[in-house]
Amino acid sequence: MTAPLLQVRDARVHFPAGGWLRAAPPVRAVDGVSLTLHAGETLAVVGESGCGKSTLARAVLGLQRLTSGAVLFDGAPVPDRPGPARSAFARAAQLVFQDPVAALNPRMRIDAALAEPLQTHAPELARPAREARVADVLAQVGLDAGIARRFPHEVSGGQAQRVGIARAMILRPRLLVCDEPVASLDVSIQAQILSLLRALRAEHGVSMLFISHDLSVVRHIADRVMVMYLGRAMEVGPVASVLGRPLHPYTRALIDAVPRPDPATERTRPRILLGGDLPSPSAPPSGCRFRTRCPLAEAGCAAVEPAFAPAGPDGHEVACPVVLRTGAVA
Amino acid sequence: MSPLAPTSTLPAAPVLEVRDLRVSFETARGPVEAVRGVDFTVTAGETLGIVGESGAGKTQIMLALAGLAPPNATVTGSVRLAGQSLLGLGERQLSRIRGAQIAYVFQDPMTALNPYLTVGTQLTEVLRRHLGHDRATARAAAIRALDRVRMPDAAARLHQYPHELSGGMRQRVMIAMALACAPRLLVADEPTTALDVTVQAQILDLLDNLRRETGTAILLITHDMGVIARLADRVAVTYAGRIVETGPVQAVFDAPRHPYTAGLLQAVPRLDGGDGAPPAGIPGQPPDPRTLPEGCAFAPRCARAFAACRADPALAGVGGGRAVACHLATRPADAA
Repeated sequence: MTAPLLQVRDARVHFPAGGWLRAAPPVRAVDGVSLTLHAGETLAVVGESGCGKSTLARAVLGLQRLTSGAVLFDGAPVPDRPGPARSAFARAAQLVFQDPVAALNPRMRIDAALAEPLQTHAPELARPAREARVADVLAQVGLDAGIARRFPHEVSGGQAQRVGIARAMILRPRLLVCDEPVASLDVSIQAQILSLLRALRAEHGVSMLFISHDLSVVRHIADRVMVMYLGRAMEVGPVASVLGRPLHPYTRALIDAVPRPDPATERTRPRILLGGDLPSPSAPPSGCRFRTRCPLAEAGCAAVEPAFAPAGPDGHEVACPVVLRTGAVA
Repeated sequence: MSPLAPTSTLPAAPVLEVRDLRVSFETARGPVEAVRGVDFTVTAGETLGIVGESGAGKTQIMLALAGLAPPNATVTGSVRLAGQSLLGLGERQLSRIRGAQIAYVFQDPMTALNPYLTVGTQLTEVLRRHLGHDRATARAAAIRALDRVRMPDAAARLHQYPHELSGGMRQRVMIAMALACAPRLLVADEPTTALDVTVQAQILDLLDNLRRETGTAILLITHDMGVIARLADRVAVTYAGRIVETGPVQAVFDAPRHPYTAGLLQAVPRLDGGDGAPPAGIPGQPPDPRTLPEGCAFAPRCARAFAACRADPALAGVGGGRAVACHLATRPADAA
């Protein structure tokens, strides 16, 4: 087996919460997360707001310093300070944002926005070569050459997201971190963008870390999926396995909660409804942090923070000893 | 205060009747029509879902009903709530109707609630204003209203400010306020879009139960076909400021007659079924309301467009309580 492209080892990101005289407990946005991503693979990280998925994405790109733990790219720590090492890393790992219009400079025409990463990271390219690369990448993301002279506000949301993807791909990165890339798009456009990402992956073999709150979107793009809750990973495994045979009670509740576009099943299917609200990330519950909302919780859950244990031969792992012990499937 | 409604024996008298509603805006580049002639009714105890993508005009429809359209908008047509015409009423009369007879729940409860006032102050204000309750009666009614939306620890919540509540709890407060005066019609504009999916499931459950308990008619506006499937009895699919298909939700979802409805249903990413390949999207993008194409507005994106589509199709009944604005559906000879 080849070495993974990306490795995250027990990463923690704690934000100081201020406080005067006495420091308030820090917000534990990411609190001990490990993952691996192989070349050409797409790993989705899903969870609801406050689960730490976006902070994790920023940490992977070196945009957020870790409190402890490590992020390794090609076996070397990701540089989290400006400098030549960071610049070299930035060529290889790029970000696609949620809001494509906000991510583009409103005063820069689209061709200039696309040429900018090349000017920064590949200054040796002469102007004609640069322009050729811009034309190339526009065609790759399915945009008309005529769009190059427009400003971001003159294109639709779907077109702007294609520009955002083009801007990330123009440096021919090895890793694409996509932070909710279709969340702000209309459903008819979402499907177009998902197909584009799949085509780019097939053509260039780029690896993707795909951050999303939407399990049904994830199913259409990822090879593997990791489910996060309150800064920790609850379950990880191949998409078909995790969505088809979800084990962690939180994963099951998350899948149950998605309304299906089919009136007959939607009105009759049984579902687990989670009660209550997300606990504060500055004071997560002891032991398993999902236990306060968990239908399977028992006394022992408060004592020990559960670690991942294998739940199948395909790399499916779950951090819930109760499910593994009892085989309980509610 | 409430007009004595005749105890009619007619079945399903419409609570809301909207005819040829049009909303246009004067812009620097000429007038833009955001809503281009919309007809629908909502009957007592029923949930009508209006679904559409951004720019389809669904929010403008919802705002125009009770005089909430932006000041630069021109609203024409007819809106009747329990027989009373709302368009053309003055602001004073409208504000008596809003809250008491037609109540709104908006997408973002944080901006819809006043951050400076406690939940109790905001909730009792509605009751005192519309029902003339005194302080003590209003307080008791406010606690009952919070209980009804399954708010844990209702009495204590009265002293909290909106920022002290989670998103789901804030939306419960909004729903409690909206239902406090037992309105004839609840207008819910993307009520769960800003919420996480597990909280969304709680709120959808709540709306469904409240509808059964109170019999309030609901006009639900959403972009999410799953939410429509969960809550609506009937659905109206909007595109470019028009209703392109309407009917009972099961029938429309089972066998959509408009190619846009079919495309929308196919584009929804699904958790089950299929092989995991991305859903088929709809090519192109929704039209700019400033430059609508001639004829059927969906024709440029429609794989089944033909010569007749150069003429604008009208919404025409096709039986079974359904209506479709598509030449394919109303073409006499062959169907589909």
